[in-house]
Amino acid sequence: MGRVEGKVAFITGAARGQGRSHAVRLAEEGASIVAVDVCHDIDEIAMPLATREDLEQTVREVEAVGGRIIAREADVCDLAQLEAAVAEGVAAFGPIDVVVANAGVAAYKDFPSLSEATWRKTIDVNLTGVYRTVKAALPSMVAAGKGGSIILISSGSVFRGGGLLTDYATSKNGVVGLMRSLALELGPHWIRVNSIMPSTVLTKIVDNEVFATVVSNAMNNGQPFETREQRLEAMNAMIASRHMIPRGWVDTRDISEGVLFLASDDAKYITSESLRIDLGFAGK
Amino acid sequence: MGRVEGKVAFITGAARGQGRSHAVKLASEGADIIALDICEDLPFAHSPHATPEDLQETVRLVEAAGGRIVARKADVRKRDEVDAVIAEGLEAFGKIDVVIANAAAIQYKNVFDLSVEDFEATLDVNLHGVFNTVQTPVRHMIERNEGGSIILISSGIAYKATPAPDYSAAKTALITFARALANELGPNRIRVNTIEPGYVLSPANDNPKYAERTARLLGREPFATPEEHREALWEQLKPRNMLPVGWVEPEAISNAILWLASDESRYVTSEELKVDAGFADK
Repeated sequence: MGRVEGKVAFITGAARGQGRSHAVRLAEEGASIVAVDVCHDIDEIAMPLATREDLEQTVREVEAVGGRIIAREADVCDLAQLEAAVAEGVAAFGPIDVVVANAGVAAYKDFPSLSEATWRKTIDVNLTGVYRTVKAALPSMVAAGKGGSIILISSGSVFRGGGLLTDYATSKNGVVGLMRSLALELGPHWIRVNSIMPSTVLTKIVDNEVFATVVSNAMNNGQPFETREQRLEAMNAMIASRHMIPRGWVDTRDISEGVLFLASDDAKYITSESLRIDLGFAGK
Repeated sequence: MGRVEGKVAFITGAARGQGRSHAVKLASEGADIIALDICEDLPFAHSPHATPEDLQETVRLVEAAGGRIVARKADVRKRDEVDAVIAEGLEAFGKIDVVIANAAAIQYKNVFDLSVEDFEATLDVNLHGVFNTVQTPVRHMIERNEGGSIILISSGIAYKATPAPDYSAAKTALITFARALANELGPNRIRVNTIEPGYVLSPANDNPKYAERTARLLGREPFATPEEHREALWEQLKPRNMLPVGWVEPEAISNAILWLASDESRYVTSEELKVDAGFADK
């Protein structure tokens, strides 16, 4: 008997990285997955986003652990697309029990060069995208009347400054405000709302050429690294000193364990919690 | 394969209520238990404390769950007593992976009625007792070099005003104590976290003495039965929580303990985990 046996989980940004890991972990423990991802790059955001092939890989990995999944290309900036994906998921698996609002982007711009278009896009994906995600899933949850668990992926940048993250940190702080007020409003429906506050997670959001310039500026006099290994080693040194447990990052699996805990009935009285999975980043 | 298979957990205040629930939960997931409890009343505390029979019942339940247990009567205010239990536990099981500082005592006095002796009495159990609980295991964990998980039971009171200033001070101090410990012990892969429970119904409040207090606070006649008291308490407490409940069960706290004790949370440290039905943020 899995820890989320029979539940249906709606996950955004599920094509790779954390989102894929959450889909696989919840499927391992018995959940059916409704997965969406934008699956293309965005003009205002320099970092490369996931692809269709990535989303297909998520499908394969979920099915490999015995899970059922419906995966669709959908943009958290488009409510109708999210609603369509949820409708398909509900038709196939039944009402949504768990929402994991995971889709997020980081532009990594210093403030003077942060354009209003990029600022708006970051907020639109990371904050308003969470609003749309909950908006799309909530009617089926309330109508089913059996409660549920909504998990919003926020960030450790809520607690500590982070370089080149003004737009990102602002959006992620907004998520916490949304989480608390939603928790208050949805408590009578037994719908719990919590956030997870990860420190650095080793995914494509930091393991890419855009973030590589952040690392090389901080650690290598602006010179590019010859190999990925050298870059990751420098990145580890750059970040580890800000953590109580002296490592540069956590793995996607570590965040998925928090998602699983909050999604399961083990957390049935936990609501309005900001769960830090951060190597002690917030407290240091 | 249990979620804490092969680990050894040291738990204070384990004779009943939350502490017993943690012991049984961890044992059911594969842990062995080192348990202590004072097993006698504290003159200053509001409600009766556990008894030796309660501790025996914990032993029975842990063994029924498939765990091994060393359980002894000991007072967290007395370092030699705590260390003697730890020594016996180490002798039996060889190591300690998890520490749960759960033992607590509360008196309900307004600040004007609190003597400095009353204040000290509360700190003695709830703060100094935690120091006594964790220091020897920390030394053991550093020497053993296999990391560890230390969990201090703080309180939702840390976030909300309540009429127990001494208890509030002690429980809130645990959060910054945990943060400092987590920072110091991070390089040793020893994680230190707190849990902030909301109201938990346990023998600490589900008793005749506490029922008298509830009746007095509500300005009504004494309750005829424990059920009547619980019903009134539930209605009194429910508006404080986001979820439509008056309290959470000890097992809800144990589920969070299990997560923090297990390797599932291997990079979680200095966290304040609220299990409170939304009490703190309402």
